[in-house]
Amino acid sequence: MAGIDYSQKIPNNVELSSDKRLQRALEEWQPNYIEWWKSMGPTDFNMNDVYLRTAVSVDADGWAHYGFVKMPEYRWGIFLEPQQAGRKIGFGDHMGEDAWQQVPGEYRNWLRRLIVTQGDTEPASVEQQRLLGHTAPSLYDLRNLFQVNVEEGRHLWAMVYLLHTYFGRDGREEAEELLQRRSGNADHPRILGTFNEPCEDWLSFFCFTMFTDRDGKFQLLTLAESGFDPLARTCRFMLTEEAHHMFVGQTGVGRVIERTCQVMKENPGQDVRKFGAIPMEIIQKYINFWSSSSTDLFGAEVSSNSANFFSAGLKGRAYEERYEEHKALDQTYSMERFLEGKLVHEDVALRNAMNEVLRDEYVKDNQKGIAYWNRICEKYENPFRFSLPHRRFNRKIGEYSAGRFDLEGHQISEHTWNQKVSEWLPTVEDKIYVKSLMKPVLEKGKIASWVAPPPKGVNDQPADYEYVKL
Amino acid sequence: MAATTYDRPPVRLQTHPTHYKHWKLSVSPDGEIATLTMAVDPQGGERDGYELKLNSYDIGVDVELNDAVQRIRFEHPQVKAVVLTGGLDRVFCAGANIVMLRSSSHAFKVNFCKYTNETRLGLEDASRRSGIKFLAALNGTASGGGYELALACDEILLVDDRNSAVSFPEVPLLGVLPGTGGLTRITDKRMIRRDRCDVFSTIAEGIKGKRAVEWNLVDGLLPLSKWKEGVAERAKALAAKATTRKHEPVQLEAIEPECTPIAHGEKYTYTYVSVELDHATRVAKLTVTAPATCAQTRAEAVAQGTAWWIMRAMRELDDAVCRLRFNHLDIALVLVRCTGSAATLHTTDALLAGEDHGFVGEVQHLVRRVLKRVDLSAKSFYAVADGGTVWVGSFLEILLACDRSFVLVDDDAAVQFGITAANSGLYPMSNELSRLATRFLGTPDKVGQVLAAGTSFDAATADELGLATYAPDAIDWDDELRLAIEERCAFSPDALTGMEANLRFPGPETMETKIFGRLSAWQNWIFQRPNAVGARGALQCYGTPNRPEFDHLRT
Repeated sequence: MAGIDYSQKIPNNVELSSDKRLQRALEEWQPNYIEWWKSMGPTDFNMNDVYLRTAVSVDADGWAHYGFVKMPEYRWGIFLEPQQAGRKIGFGDHMGEDAWQQVPGEYRNWLRRLIVTQGDTEPASVEQQRLLGHTAPSLYDLRNLFQVNVEEGRHLWAMVYLLHTYFGRDGREEAEELLQRRSGNADHPRILGTFNEPCEDWLSFFCFTMFTDRDGKFQLLTLAESGFDPLARTCRFMLTEEAHHMFVGQTGVGRVIERTCQVMKENPGQDVRKFGAIPMEIIQKYINFWSSSSTDLFGAEVSSNSANFFSAGLKGRAYEERYEEHKALDQTYSMERFLEGKLVHEDVALRNAMNEVLRDEYVKDNQKGIAYWNRICEKYENPFRFSLPHRRFNRKIGEYSAGRFDLEGHQISEHTWNQKVSEWLPTVEDKIYVKSLMKPVLEKGKIASWVAPPPKGVNDQPADYEYVKL
Repeated sequence: MAATTYDRPPVRLQTHPTHYKHWKLSVSPDGEIATLTMAVDPQGGERDGYELKLNSYDIGVDVELNDAVQRIRFEHPQVKAVVLTGGLDRVFCAGANIVMLRSSSHAFKVNFCKYTNETRLGLEDASRRSGIKFLAALNGTASGGGYELALACDEILLVDDRNSAVSFPEVPLLGVLPGTGGLTRITDKRMIRRDRCDVFSTIAEGIKGKRAVEWNLVDGLLPLSKWKEGVAERAKALAAKATTRKHEPVQLEAIEPECTPIAHGEKYTYTYVSVELDHATRVAKLTVTAPATCAQTRAEAVAQGTAWWIMRAMRELDDAVCRLRFNHLDIALVLVRCTGSAATLHTTDALLAGEDHGFVGEVQHLVRRVLKRVDLSAKSFYAVADGGTVWVGSFLEILLACDRSFVLVDDDAAVQFGITAANSGLYPMSNELSRLATRFLGTPDKVGQVLAAGTSFDAATADELGLATYAPDAIDWDDELRLAIEERCAFSPDALTGMEANLRFPGPETMETKIFGRLSAWQNWIFQRPNAVGARGALQCYGTPNRPEFDHLRT
């Protein structure tokens, strides 16, 4: 079951060859996908051999196989975690019933919406990052970018498999439209706003993989609990891949910080810009921007959708098994709501607060990343300490978007905001400076001035390994 | 019991663009295209306890829309096309606010739906009668009442962003109906196949893109990059098809009655209308009076504008009827008396008769709408034709709109009747028939006899012609009337509402009669059923942690 059938056009561990109708449908979608990749992926690197990992099994130990491959020939496939016999629904009103192997008619539309929204973010991020290859700080980073890209592509495959298999004609149409929407396109943009913002420099890319992909992780965690078993199994395997993306983000930002620490230590009292490094304050501003924008992705603080999805057993809490009680019916969640311009304390029905429950987990996880970066500062005896802005800061979605809040979450006036915003969020000058550093460094073993080299190579390869053959 | 307690503050029915909280009315520089942009203030609800998120609406939002359409007709006569669009990103309108509906009494829900239905029909009336064409420019998802609003327009454009859809989520999500004309308009106006209507009405997230066009749910798609210019182009094309209206703008002033306390209640005094409410007997006395002098020519009427008595009187009657509906639920019976100058009615009706694309024509359309508002009100109406009352032309239409007429036949009492152009089809009811034709459905000859009865006839003649339900003489009058009133007020109010709604619209069905007689009736039934409003009903549970539990027995 766990083995992957690579003899097929579409690698899979779902015995695709036994379902001819589905196999044909997916084989028809495949060329459209490749076309999309060739036009919207990292187009100028289609012909290069890249040292990529490919899934060869879904077992925890050693599912990844490394080797050189041209990206359009990457073996994108369909991998689900093995089915657990007798799995029960673990939360909501259907708690304790057998997990659904088919879509329950009652929830067909909700499930399709959830899958389409998740699926839409995957190709969107590839589109957002499509030009970054031209300014990579090293072959190591270039390779990581492409690894992230091909895996986002595979996640699209995972969602498309579910749409084709379980949602009939509507599902096939939605699968087509996942290839038609385009990040930032004026006519048919991607569904979620954050995924229409261009990702133009590598500091943004590292922040994106740190903060935005981490939203993805938590969304996947909730769907991994789903009563719809094929979705749960798909998401559990996607989580194993997603971990690498956040590794790229956390260590990426960490290496930028480390480089600045080195420069400051070697040249005390001098502006790090003279040495082509990025000042701590600018790094903090990028953190402020990307973490707040990604915090938006969890949706409204009080949400009927979140209550519906939980009640119906479609979307649980992250790590649902850690909770003692799984119905969440008579409990409340205590939060500061922002109503009519004032912060008001309110106890909200827990099911309606599920977005906030998930955001709590997300914030906790982000804090760990901040602590990791501060340990780098400590190591270099640098007094600067990074911090995570309060969840109310700089929001565009949800109740707090109606007001202004400082980094600690205190309500402030529009006037104060305008006075302070250039200290909190990247200014035009900051962006111009960061962009000015974005010059490709593509020789073996070399690295750009603004980032420290990685402590070790991919798959234990040496520091000067040629990860991408240009 | 002078005051009756309700679940809500009184509904305010008068507003002005400078006070709008939820709509923006703008007119293009050439004056031909008006744009109504909906950007509902989430905190601007008429009551506490709900937020108007995602352009969802309550009665206050609809009062503004109704006001805006009236003003376009009177204050912006050069407007040929109206664009209705949403002012929020990727949202047109999410329909009636669910929390508002859930927390409203049954009576309020019914009144709310009736009023919003009348507003939608008002758009269609403006299109048909005044030739103002409406374009629904759906800049984002239009769900439930939002799509129903679009359906009331002449044309629907939907943005093609691969995401925005039109939808009726009522049945799958809320356990109620798209009851603001939705189910009627997809079958009878857009004539979509019934099986497709069935599918569409059960997909909560709706239908978007090409299929929405193929199924005729919308008329066209526009990509985001061509949205503004494409909408402008369509609006221009619609304007080119519109009838040219010609008149000077007439500013609509607010209609605010003076309210004075009287025994057991209060009295609202307008200029030409007054209403006395008696909460002890649950009877209201409504009087409409024609003044002694009036405009003699159309030019004079135009010069008087909104002060022209018939316009003012009808706006006052409209306000009085809406007040009775929303704010005086206890009133069972309205006794209607029309008084004043018969000559004024003859002169005025002669001016109103015939086709007119100017101000006078607009007033004619207003009279028609207000009379329909009476037809559709859930109160009993008795016309009381006693000494000094005048039932000529437009006032005779008011008598014909009543459930019964009591005509005093007495030589000493002057009761004047008279026929004008107003009685021969100028003011059809929702069933498209005149009130006389409706009254004499089985004896159409009678219609001709009444119309031939002349400009002035007395109570006895009126009775012979079939215009009186009862025609007591002076000796019996007081008792007859008292008994009829007391009897009426003793009946079940629900049974009366149902009975009257059935009896008032004999004859052919139209989209309008179907909306009020079929769709609304089913909706009102569902609004009472545990599957919608019980503790675990779908409407009650929506957006809460609880999921609905249905009684699965079909009724």
